[in-house]
Amino acid sequence: MSQIATCESRPATAERVEYTIPAVNLRHDEDGYTLEVEMPGVSKSGVEITFDDGKLTVAGQRAKSEALGKAVYAESAGHGFRRVFDLDPSIDPEKISASIDQGLLTVRLSKAEASKQRKIALG
Amino acid sequence: MNIIRYRTPELSAWTPFDRLSPLRELLDSAYRLAGSAGSRGWAPVLDVYEDADKVTVKVELAGMKKEDFDIALEDGALTVSGRREGESRDSFRSERFYGSFSRTVALPAPVRPDDVKAAYEDGILTVVLHKAEDAKPKKITIS
Repeated sequence: MSQIATCESRPATAERVEYTIPAVNLRHDEDGYTLEVEMPGVSKSGVEITFDDGKLTVAGQRAKSEALGKAVYAESAGHGFRRVFDLDPSIDPEKISASIDQGLLTVRLSKAEASKQRKIALG
Repeated sequence: MNIIRYRTPELSAWTPFDRLSPLRELLDSAYRLAGSAGSRGWAPVLDVYEDADKVTVKVELAGMKKEDFDIALEDGALTVSGRREGESRDSFRSERFYGSFSRTVALPAPVRPDDVKAAYEDGILTVVLHKAEDAKPKKITIS
């Protein structure tokens, strides 16, 4: 029987963790990309951005909210956010920067110098 | 990819044992219908909590300024409206919503209109409304 090759090593006892996939906008310019990720309820300390094997993982943990009584009406899923992006190989992983303001995470992904557009002069 | 929840927040996440929930759902959908007539809007996610002396309404709206909100209380219903500025045209992937939005929710108890507090932090607008005295649970002592 063929084995499923891409099954990542995950402990069998791991608890099921649910995430909301955040809404994103992605802009592209000459020098790179700007990624906007909506993570309401997440403060600076709850954000975790990792880059591994060409993939950018953006995760946000909501701060624990105080008890507000009985939920009369609940639409928010309440759990954290997580989304994985395949990055353009021309992005320089050393130059990824991010900031969060009012639950909107902005990640700047700059292209490596070597892959930027350049003008070639005729010799 | 599941981003649908942001576009049309579902009403199905009601507390299942609440007897009045079908009625409230009906009322709320009527409010939404009235609120969205004629305009192409979008609706942020909203939660309502209730305890002995207050009602708390939370609206999830990332990346706004606090000046961009309008909060109104009328006939026992709270309306949160506003506009999210921005442009999605230059994005090559655009899942965020811009423009006007409005959400109205019927409050579960009468509240004091003079005692409403609102705060916007980490992309969540929290409105705290204090219940009117006669709506609070009363302790009755046996004489």
